[in-house]
Amino acid sequence: MTSDITRAVRFTIVTVVLFGGGYHAVLWAVGQVAFPMQTEGSLIRRSDGTVIGSRLIAQDFTRPEYFHPRPSGVDYNAASTGGTNYGSSNPDHLRVVEERLEAIKTREGVTAAEVPSEMVTASGGGLDPHIPLDAAALQTPRVAVARGVPIERVQQLIRAHTERPTFGFLGRARINVLDLNLALDQLQP
Amino acid sequence: MEYVTVVVTVLLPVLTSLPLGRYMARVFAGEKTILDPLLLPIERVVLRLAGVDPTTRQTWQQYSRSLLISNLVMWLAAWTIVTLQQHLPLNPDGIGNMEPTLAFNTVSSFTSNTNLQHYSGETGLSYFSQMFAITFLQFVTAATGIAACVALIRAIGASRVKTVGNFYLDLTRASIRLLLPLAIVVATVLMWQGTPVTFEGAARAMTVEGREQIIARGVAAPMVAIKQLGTNGGGYFGPNSTHPFENPTPLSNLVETWSILAIPMAMVWTLGYMLGRRRLAAMVFAVMLALYAPMVIVAVWQEAAGNPAIARMGIDESTGSMEGKEVRVGAALTALWAVSTTATSNGSVNGMHDSLTSLGGLMPMAGMWLNSIFGGVGVGFINMFIFIIIAVFVAGMMIGRTPEFLGKKVEAKEMKLASLALLWHPLAILVGTAVASYLWTATAEPGTSLAWLKNPGPHGFSEMLYEFSSAAANNGSGFEGLGDNTPFWNISTGLVMLLSRYIPIVAPLALAGSLAAKPAAPETAGTLRADSATFAITLWAVVVILGLLMFMPVAVLGPIAEHLG
Repeated sequence: MTSDITRAVRFTIVTVVLFGGGYHAVLWAVGQVAFPMQTEGSLIRRSDGTVIGSRLIAQDFTRPEYFHPRPSGVDYNAASTGGTNYGSSNPDHLRVVEERLEAIKTREGVTAAEVPSEMVTASGGGLDPHIPLDAAALQTPRVAVARGVPIERVQQLIRAHTERPTFGFLGRARINVLDLNLALDQLQP
Repeated sequence: MEYVTVVVTVLLPVLTSLPLGRYMARVFAGEKTILDPLLLPIERVVLRLAGVDPTTRQTWQQYSRSLLISNLVMWLAAWTIVTLQQHLPLNPDGIGNMEPTLAFNTVSSFTSNTNLQHYSGETGLSYFSQMFAITFLQFVTAATGIAACVALIRAIGASRVKTVGNFYLDLTRASIRLLLPLAIVVATVLMWQGTPVTFEGAARAMTVEGREQIIARGVAAPMVAIKQLGTNGGGYFGPNSTHPFENPTPLSNLVETWSILAIPMAMVWTLGYMLGRRRLAAMVFAVMLALYAPMVIVAVWQEAAGNPAIARMGIDESTGSMEGKEVRVGAALTALWAVSTTATSNGSVNGMHDSLTSLGGLMPMAGMWLNSIFGGVGVGFINMFIFIIIAVFVAGMMIGRTPEFLGKKVEAKEMKLASLALLWHPLAILVGTAVASYLWTATAEPGTSLAWLKNPGPHGFSEMLYEFSSAAANNGSGFEGLGDNTPFWNISTGLVMLLSRYIPIVAPLALAGSLAAKPAAPETAGTLRADSATFAITLWAVVVILGLLMFMPVAVLGPIAEHLG
């Protein structure tokens, strides 16, 4: 019995150090050398070094000259993330969806059938950085008008920033909203 | 196209399960493997420092005692860390000590390999706690489950033998020669894809439109890798692999889904290699696949079909029900993950289960109720072993012979142990849900005074049912709308997780120990062959019928009522 306890304590100490310390240290070192950009959080910086955001984390866009991301259950708070956890039949949920639909119909001047479900439902983590292609097409006329640029220029930019399925079959074609909006800001009128 | 990806994603771990299962069998038999030059030195150092004599062999009683004592000490170590984290290093975001009932729940959850989380990683744990308490437990408790299964397999194959192996030797081998190398590879892929590994605190961003955004980061990739591989499931950040940092791309999603299924599937072949009974392993694998596939099909179909209530508004639901899901993953692969993570007792999520469609959400619950499909790293096969004993008994009764499994007579003592292991599971789920439902209905204004349920009606009932199912199945996923960080939920599910871990490990070990001590009768023409197609069908039917008998009533009260309502 005593020897069993001693062995348990010794084993615990050794493995806490190995898996808590050594394992992390090795991977941290690999990350520093091989993937410094990713392991830091895929941050995008301005020329003065201040952080604009992370390429992987959605940020809020409300102005008409930008593409908007998917709705967020946590108001794009990347320090306390999560979904809405609404059940699919919850009346509160359906009311929120209805409100988002009306807002989009007014803002983009479209009918309900042209609204992809991604734009009226909140993502799981509340930080989905992507929108599908039809959600970008939906917003293109508004963005072009607000910026006073020909719609073709914006469409061209969307094509250039479309992420294709990996190996041709993994995942859908999609657009990183922050990437696209930063590229829009570089566009000469 | 999405369906092709679903099929490929399932086929990948099926294909790797054979070589991985063979590797595992060699490791636990102490045979040479190709990774020995790298890993054997680490194994030797750990054994020496821990004072383990690798040549001793233990009876099932000694093996169980070592298992329980080691887990108790690990529980205490983790408890100490999370309740003192404020005063420990590596806490750049200044996170406070964990409150006692939440700490009880959290530590019990990770020690029992459940990983139910009533806290959110980015606000509840320091980097030190994530590394030295949580990730540490994710290695050693996964290894504990594997060790228990390996001991069980040895006992099944033995004849007139009292010993089942050496617990610390099995534990060390499972963690260092199996989990560690796989975790390093998976974590490296995740870093490449974008999962952070940094000791710096949260990043402060000034967004394009001029708002401040605080972005929680941390030492995430190493933890995400082992949470997937060790059927742990507890995420670094609150929303688990739904969070873009934990699961940044379709490729990371593929690798993480593979990691859920790889070892549980391989474990079945390990049994075949260790016992020299490949046909038996193929039979078990086929039965598990025949339980898993229908659930995948229903869940994928339901989620890809979209939410009818939203479609009625005229919105385009052709890409499926997307509430609580991510664009880079999509509806079908979220459904596949949901079924895989619950069938295997993993519990990580890549979409919010509370927001699944009613029948799509029933499938993960059914996976946890059966709790024997691939299942856990090791523990899933242990549960299937109990079903096998029961199926042998039922078949024996039907043909009027003494029930036998691999030439060993299954008698009253074995059946009592099997029943104990089998019945604890529904008891914990049904009684727990009943007590919670009673408290909810007996409280005045429960919505404001208890504030547990996010959703009304049958879905609210499902939230409570899911929580106890997840605790009892040592799963860890949740219908996260449940406001579960309260003393009632922390303590009740904490106790359920501990009992549901150790009863279904010790009772089957006792059963197998009892079988090991018996002489094996030679197989004759009259022997019930456990590796036949007839027995496979019997076993499948026993699992399904027992599952329906135990859980059909609550399924009707929750998800099915919601679907019909």
